[in-house]
Amino acid sequence: MSTTPAKPKLATVWLDGCSGCHMSLLDLDERLLILAEKVEVVYSPAVDPKEFPEGVDITLIEGAVSSEEDRHKAQLIRARSRLVVSLGDCAVTANVPGMRNYFEKDELFQRAYVENADAPAAGEARRARLPVLGVPALCPRATPVHEVIPVDLFVPGCPPSAEAIWLVLTELLAGRMPQVAELTRFGA
Amino acid sequence: MTRTITIEGVTRIEGHARITIQLDEQDQVRDAQFHVTQFRGFEKFVEGRPMTEMPGIMARICGICPVSHLLAAAKACDDILAVRIPSPAVKLRRILHMAQLVQSHALSFFHLSSPDLIFGMDGDPTTRNLFGLIRRQPEFACDGIMLRKFGQDIIGLLGGKKIHPAWVVPGGVSAPLAPEHREAMLRMVPEAYQRLGRGLEYFHEVEDRYPAEVDAFANFPTLFAGLVQPDGLLEHYDGVWRFVDERARPVAELNDPRRYGELIGEAVENFSYLKFPYFKARGYPRGIYRVGPLARLVVGQRCGTPRADQELGVFRTKLGRAPQSSFHYHWARLIEILYGIEMIARLLEDPEILEPHVRARARPNRLEGVGIAEAPRGTLIHHYRIDEHARMVWANLIIATGHNNLAMNQGVKQAAERFVRGKKIQEGMLNRVEAVIRCFDPCLSCSTHALGQMPLRVELLGTQGEVLDVSQRP
Ligand code: SF4
Repeated sequence: MSTTPAKPKLATVWLDGCSGCHMSLLDLDERLLILAEKVEVVYSPAVDPKEFPEGVDITLIEGAVSSEEDRHKAQLIRARSRLVVSLGDCAVTANVPGMRNYFEKDELFQRAYVENADAPAAGEARRARLPVLGVPALCPRATPVHEVIPVDLFVPGCPPSAEAIWLVLTELLAGRMPQVAELTRFGA
Repeated sequence: MTRTITIEGVTRIEGHARITIQLDEQDQVRDAQFHVTQFRGFEKFVEGRPMTEMPGIMARICGICPVSHLLAAAKACDDILAVRIPSPAVKLRRILHMAQLVQSHALSFFHLSSPDLIFGMDGDPTTRNLFGLIRRQPEFACDGIMLRKFGQDIIGLLGGKKIHPAWVVPGGVSAPLAPEHREAMLRMVPEAYQRLGRGLEYFHEVEDRYPAEVDAFANFPTLFAGLVQPDGLLEHYDGVWRFVDERARPVAELNDPRRYGELIGEAVENFSYLKFPYFKARGYPRGIYRVGPLARLVVGQRCGTPRADQELGVFRTKLGRAPQSSFHYHWARLIEILYGIEMIARLLEDPEILEPHVRARARPNRLEGVGIAEAPRGTLIHHYRIDEHARMVWANLIIATGHNNLAMNQGVKQAAERFVRGKKIQEGMLNRVEAVIRCFDPCLSCSTHALGQMPLRVELLGTQGEVLDVSQRP
């Protein structure tokens, strides 16, 4: 529980990424203890995710928008966050998740669940050819976050280094727009 | 009439996931499923790309264990080049892999799972996490953070970058080890032992508080599979892939990774994007098996390093030769951290570790190759085919978490049957169902506290599956 309600609220969200950007955030190491003092982490895979809360000050998004669930989440995040940061190349350009955009969805599924899998035995009703129950529909293309919602700051890198993330966080918390170009770049 | 409980957003198991639990008229658990909800399409979209890009692209499957994907990809490429990797390069790759083992296991145990053990399964969900830990047990939290840093720093020193280094290449590694980096790494070793020692002590203080969890956390007989050295020592980079039964007796062995298809098949279920590998000789789903730290310690005879073997002795005295409960993954993980530190130190002391010849060069000599490695979470298989221009035409990937898919599903059901009952669903009940998944450490979020604090949606379904009533809690 946070003791000071005045602490800025930070959220980190993982859409279609490899979690490497979140790992880079964890590479803050000892500085995680400082971060814990400076902000209240209200939503994050590493902390305490419940429903994405209202009134978030800064939200870092890792990953591209690939499924209907991602799209829905992105919209909710925008509505409830003051500043939205695209963290890492997947969020900024769709990067690796976007590599599937050269193919049709059906071709991707065909490879994964038909060619590279056993055929279901006759009479096995539950084992349909394709996963459809309780899994979100895939968007036709994986897109960068800013194709779905307005984004306030772009932090490229695959992943951006812990130093770059630290600069972004400390500058934003100080009320300034960080200049990230010297610390990270596309593909870094 | 039945009710379905959805634990929404067990986010990300090498992606994202949720759990559904179906209750019958008497509010007894009838069934439960663990759904993996992310689909990425790597097996298809690499088509047409140069084979040499594979290590770099495949590493982006997972930011927690990118080194394992890097190695499995590079090994598949080595196989296609048909080269022998220079011995110092193999040793350097092994150090990189051990560093990842340490950081990934530290993350799983300290950052993600230990809050359950320290605050209790029914602990306050708002503090039962890493930041709660920092406040309640700062020294313990710090030990975890610094052990993870130990692994990440070594990866950074070797590969030039802590996450997604480009240093592993088909044929070896791109640059030899600098002597000053070797010294720097060796200097970090004593502190790592100390921190892990304290973590183990703490684990032994709390582990016995969870008899019900030991009892119902995916506790059933299965096969176990893992890489092992031919003489039975623990192995993560090469060796034979061995299956043993529920009493640790060998049942099958794969010497040539290219023949993995003879041992295992991959089934598809309609409720998950993650496929269900199974041991073919026993059929589906009876061919259930487990991989990862617990499985490796069952498959292997010994670790082959003194400190880890000593702790393994304690482990076996207490739990027997082949522990059935997946709760024991935690302890197995700590033993492997110890092993990882010892191996790093041993390899760094190796006289040939600084040698400059670390890469073999060749053109592709085959059109097909398979790379196998033990990721922190279990066996990882990359299988590629190329055309005569060294462009990818096909790939099959069997990721560590996949092997455990059957066991995770069965484990989720077992825990739900045991802990979820009655009209009123308590948060702690659901946290236990998530905690089963955390034992397997499928990847970051699923092992985080995502599940218990997810908005819970209970749907009352009619006989036709129509939703009759929905209740939701924050
Ligand atoms: S930008 Fe790179 S590190 Fe970040 S999620 Fe994407 S692939 Fe992973």
